[in-house]
Amino acid sequence: MIALEKRPTPSRAWTVLTPLVAVLATMVAGGLMFAALGKDPFEAIRTIFYDPLFNAQFASYSRPQLLVKAGPLILIAIGLSLGFRAGVWNIGAEGQYIMGALCGAGVGLALYPSDSVLLFPAMVIAGAFGGWAWAMIPAILKTRFNTNEILVSLLLVYVAEQFLASAALGVMRNPEGGGFPGSRNFQQWPAAANPELIAGTGMHWGVVAAFVAVIAAYVLLAKHMLGFQIRLAGTAPRAARFAGVNPARLVVICLGLSGALAGAAGLFEVTGPAGQVSIDFGSGYGFTAIIVAFLGRLHPVGILLAGLLMALTYIGGELAQFMLGIPAAAIQAFQGMLLFFLLAVDVLSNYRIRFGRRRIA
Amino acid sequence: MTRPTLLTLEGLTKAYPGVVANDDVRFSIGEGEIHALLGENGAGKSTLVKMIYGLVKPDKGAMTLRGAPYAPDRPSAARQAGVAMVFQHFSLFEALDVAENIALGMENPPKRRDLAARIRDVSHDYGLPLDPSRLVGELSAGERQRVEIVRCLLQNPKLLIMDEPTSVLTPQEVEILFATLRKLAAEGTAILYISHKLDEIRALCDAATVLRRGRVVGDCIPRDTSARDMAELMVGSVLHVPERRAATPGDVALELRGLDLPAATPFGTSLRDVSLSVRTGAILGVGGVAGNGQDELLAVLSGETLAPPGTLFVDGDDIGALPPPARRHLGVLAAPEERLGHAAAPDMSLVENALLTGQVREGLAPRGLIDWGATRAFADRIIAAFDVRTPGNHVAARALSGGNLQKFVIGREILQSPRVLVVNQPTWGVDAAAAAAIRQALIDLAEGGAAVVVISQDLDELMELADDFAALNGGRLSAPRPTAGLTMDEIGLMMGGAHDMEVAHAAQ
Repeated sequence: MIALEKRPTPSRAWTVLTPLVAVLATMVAGGLMFAALGKDPFEAIRTIFYDPLFNAQFASYSRPQLLVKAGPLILIAIGLSLGFRAGVWNIGAEGQYIMGALCGAGVGLALYPSDSVLLFPAMVIAGAFGGWAWAMIPAILKTRFNTNEILVSLLLVYVAEQFLASAALGVMRNPEGGGFPGSRNFQQWPAAANPELIAGTGMHWGVVAAFVAVIAAYVLLAKHMLGFQIRLAGTAPRAARFAGVNPARLVVICLGLSGALAGAAGLFEVTGPAGQVSIDFGSGYGFTAIIVAFLGRLHPVGILLAGLLMALTYIGGELAQFMLGIPAAAIQAFQGMLLFFLLAVDVLSNYRIRFGRRRIA
Repeated sequence: MTRPTLLTLEGLTKAYPGVVANDDVRFSIGEGEIHALLGENGAGKSTLVKMIYGLVKPDKGAMTLRGAPYAPDRPSAARQAGVAMVFQHFSLFEALDVAENIALGMENPPKRRDLAARIRDVSHDYGLPLDPSRLVGELSAGERQRVEIVRCLLQNPKLLIMDEPTSVLTPQEVEILFATLRKLAAEGTAILYISHKLDEIRALCDAATVLRRGRVVGDCIPRDTSARDMAELMVGSVLHVPERRAATPGDVALELRGLDLPAATPFGTSLRDVSLSVRTGAILGVGGVAGNGQDELLAVLSGETLAPPGTLFVDGDDIGALPPPARRHLGVLAAPEERLGHAAAPDMSLVENALLTGQVREGLAPRGLIDWGATRAFADRIIAAFDVRTPGNHVAARALSGGNLQKFVIGREILQSPRVLVVNQPTWGVDAAAAAAIRQALIDLAEGGAAVVVISQDLDELMELADDFAALNGGRLSAPRPTAGLTMDEIGLMMGGAHDMEVAHAAQ
């Protein structure tokens, strides 16, 4: 018989080891799945994890994509993780990401064709503001009327998508675009563009912001009273109130921060890799970031690694579809396994396994 | 007097990782005997009765019930064999009525009308009046306990186990309970009575078995043994009794003037017209049965609940609108009853828990940046000064035993040299030696010039500590009276809600 025994104190070793064990278990189980589909499991795993970075033929294209895809995921996930730590569930980062992009792009387009050096910083601030304002709707409804922030923030994603479609077809449509939907291309407007900073790396201002956010979140959680209050409110809400944490203030701060970071991520994306406001701009980064946040154990450094890993499975997955003809559904199942194994192995940090029958007299 | 033996325990042993909860425990209980099980917290009383009630399986040893081998693998098997148990913490649904709650605990509940009639009969026969159709949420703690007892009695048990039954009762209710238990015993039901209140055991029990660190260290006939001897048998050493000092109260430090506060939850208690004042150097004891407004009173003093203007004053200033950190800045500190989850965060380390309330007064986070070095030093000072047994300051609060965590929580507030300290159940679940140390620390604090409010359900503790005594009943606080010369009868009347003792006497 196998018995689970709660550890008196969570195991530090297992907290670090569980992600590695989960990745290995995913490789084994995924390999079995690929073998059952009639593909060579070793080649499939290599195509997903190794080729995007080191294959001489593909790496020159796919390696920069790693940072391009990981940047927004990390930036959004960092914001979300602060809320999740405090028990504030912002599920609507996708909406805040879209509204940030629209707000920032709107400020830029209103000033077209300015070439001021202040234009891009102003657009970043407007983008963060847009995401913040969109997140304030669930925040105020929760603190004033005790509504559920999960529902409100999630449903506002669909409202934001309607705004996006309307803007791409209406107010923000490129007047010189021959009637096609979509705004002017920011990549062709240097003062408003978010270019690749070092050629061949995929590094743009959004990736820089993501790294800064990782460091700032780490310092906040480890060294600052606000970070302590966030952790306290998440693990023991009654003790937090006794300590003097104002729950309403924390809801506003956490939703505001995560909204602002998601909005900034949207602005970096629309002025960089995406290039323009278009109907299909919302590509699900806001939702994937939730997975990244949990995959990274809600820890800033963990989120950095999880964002890179998630980006890798996306790029490698596309490559595996393209090169080996593995169905897209199998790639999604593979990514699902990763999350499943992570949560399953997670048990080990709080419990230890005992084998053998319990002794009964 | 020789009784036929009902239950015999032979060498029961149960080990948990890192601790042997019961080691070769053996004794027997006769039919119709009221048998006390004595011991400090952590002595292994709970594990032992859980084995008898089928909740835990012994590693070694055997039991016989009426001569037949008895090895219940679950509580329903124990109940079928005639063993019933009333737990310290009730398992009742507040939103259901009495009959529904009792039916939920039965294997084959009879029809509702029959059940209600049986509840009325049984509760009447044993002097425990109960209305089967009342909602449990509306009942007092004493009445809730009756529900649990009647639920057991409906099964005609041969052995009734009672775990700390009097901790929630007024002295008058204790007398009623004892009368019931004596009647049951006279009819041949054996009772295993767990308590650490020695006077009660001397008044009620025929025999006593004393446990210490999982072993039987002695037995005695309680009627012929002094409370002090039993206490020393429990603790294994000579008890230190806290010293009272000559009272020299100063100015009024803490004052409540006619505080009315509606309940925050449907089953919470509203505070009604609560007035009190505590001088520096004095200790006010607040008694009363649990659930009569103790938590609410502590919350309003700590700042978790804000008080309306003009009701709460410290040193003459209205502080009702100040949140907890601002109150701590003024020296108003508190230690709630619930250690895990309220006074301390279970999954955080002792260092982080030291920061939880120590930040303001100890200056642990200047300009918002936490000084972990100073915080660790503060935690170590608490651990050293209050003899908190822990492998280190990095250990999670939930890994500490209840008594050790209580020492940490109380020590954390006392070491911040408060001007006003409010504690709820300061020694609940703490062993006798540690309880004496905590009480001494509270007395020393008051001597040093602090105003102290001790909320407790342990009347002996309040008599020992407090200069003045007041009782909470249904959210109302009786007028405080000096503890010196107060009799148990008067205290019972105060707890029962008779605020004006003269009127109460006149009505008799």
